[in-house]
Amino acid sequence: MSEKSDKTEQQRLSVFKTYKLYVGGKFPRSESGRVYDVTDSKGKWLANAPLSSRKDARDAVVAARKAFGGWSGATAYNRGQVLYRVAEMLEGRREQFVREVADAEGLSKAKATVLVDATIDRWVWYAGWTDKIAQVVGGGNPVAGPFFNLSSPEPTGVVTVLAPQESSFLGLVSVLAPVIATGNTAVVIASEKSPLPALSLGEVLATSDVPGGVVNVLSGRTAEIATPLAAHQDVNAIDLAGADDVLAKELEIAAADNLKRVLRPQPVGEVDWSTTPGLDRMTAFLETKTVWHPTGALGASGSSY
Amino acid sequence: MPTTAPATHSLGEVTASDSTLRRFLHGLPGVDTVGLEARAASLGTRSIKTTAKAYAIDLAISMVDLTTLEGADTPGKVRALGAKAVHPDPTDRATPSTAAVCVYPDMVPAAKEAVAGSSVKVASVATAFPAGRAALDVKLADVRDAVDAGADEIDMVIDRGAFLAGKYMKVYDEIVAVREASGAARLKVIFETGELSTYDNIRRASWLGMLAGADFIKTSTGKVAVNATPANTLLMLEAVRDFRAQTGVQVGVKPAGGIRTSKDAIKFLVLVNETAGADWLDNHWFRFGASSLLNDLLMQRQKLATGRYSGPDYVTVD
Repeated sequence: MSEKSDKTEQQRLSVFKTYKLYVGGKFPRSESGRVYDVTDSKGKWLANAPLSSRKDARDAVVAARKAFGGWSGATAYNRGQVLYRVAEMLEGRREQFVREVADAEGLSKAKATVLVDATIDRWVWYAGWTDKIAQVVGGGNPVAGPFFNLSSPEPTGVVTVLAPQESSFLGLVSVLAPVIATGNTAVVIASEKSPLPALSLGEVLATSDVPGGVVNVLSGRTAEIATPLAAHQDVNAIDLAGADDVLAKELEIAAADNLKRVLRPQPVGEVDWSTTPGLDRMTAFLETKTVWHPTGALGASGSSY
Repeated sequence: MPTTAPATHSLGEVTASDSTLRRFLHGLPGVDTVGLEARAASLGTRSIKTTAKAYAIDLAISMVDLTTLEGADTPGKVRALGAKAVHPDPTDRATPSTAAVCVYPDMVPAAKEAVAGSSVKVASVATAFPAGRAALDVKLADVRDAVDAGADEIDMVIDRGAFLAGKYMKVYDEIVAVREASGAARLKVIFETGELSTYDNIRRASWLGMLAGADFIKTSTGKVAVNATPANTLLMLEAVRDFRAQTGVQVGVKPAGGIRTSKDAIKFLVLVNETAGADWLDNHWFRFGASSLLNDLLMQRQKLATGRYSGPDYVTVD
């Protein structure tokens, strides 16, 4: 140590964070070994993020498929508890997310705080819906015959989510939470320009009882990762929230091959993530199973009961 | 790394008595564990892409012994398996057939019927598979049953207890007896490498099996924790290479159990090519004992054909 540094207050070496993907409950680097610069709204370097390849996408789908049985089979009540736990963990990391969102979107600390709070509330809101959605969109149907006729919503399967490009955290959670709340598993492509909140969300999910593979977060060029995912035969649905018009059209064509459910993007100017979302994003990735249950032959008394 | 047997031996005399056999097997050079594993790992890093990958996938499909060895096997399941072996991907008739189906002896008639008229062989496990804990005449009766039912290949297990106790001659005599009982069927000898504890033992077992007249040496039954690994397969490939150099007799190798992905299968093919040589890159000399591997190979094949990643919805559930 030089005498000079003894006099001045000692400068700590920066501890830079290595942002990694979140796939199958683990934090791998991109299979390709590539990274790209992530900058804040003014162009200042923030961190390197992994630049995922189509093989990372493939691995993520394998992980999501593997997790689907357990997650969709868990009770809705249990899923709600797990998602609420995520909100608790987010609350604990509030400061970090405020900083990351402020950097990513060029907001003041106060505005970023409002956004992060809204995001955590959004997560809680969806956590509450897990065991209520079935009553709202399912139920008994009156049919003309001696049957109980019941409809219940079932998750679609593996859903690819293109997170919104502009709203790096509130937008992300607003499209991700409804997908997993109903029992789907997700492969999320983070905002290309500001992926850091999404990658940090992976760390939150890893520490909050969400089984590995239920959410898989990829960062990189949206078009590069989304194209193989849209054509992937083992992906059941795709949410195009983060695609521009040209890309969305291309992906929708690729998705037609195995009849994926496609949720088209809303025009960029018209999206307001802060409003109450309604059920649309949940029902978009639900299928309805209807069961006809015979009540038995009607006896002379009019009923076999 | 010298892996051949001491040249002073004439292999004919080796099996003259228990003591000469023991002297020979214990005279085989010790295995360099670190070197073997490093070699197997480094060969696993080869990048096989595009046309080479397409060739490797088709070759691997043609090498699969599609296996079902469950207590719950039914004739219906075996028929389904046979149909899959003949046309692994019904949507693409250019897909090669697998090498064989591998079943328990009582399922051989059902399997024969299912693959009739195709190139697919029927292999049957025998000799009190998988433990091999039965008297010799029971084992031989098991083998004759399978052969009479029309099995083209017999997969026998060695008596690991006798082998580990050092009774090499007993193991040798048993293989010779099974060899005779098999008649025209090709004989695969399973060592259950996961139970032999050391690489030295695997090398000894390989030579013992080959001396006794095995047509194939096979790693495992698929019923224990450790099955085929790149390292133990590499070791066996070295043994068949050296055996042919010394005797002129070519013996096949069959890793079985635990090979589930195309990537793994291609690694094994690299091992074959780099160790034994291209002569073994044929389903007459190299097989994969597997069941779920075939689905992954088919998915990879579909990916290469269409450019889209395939999924488990597009192959059969076995």
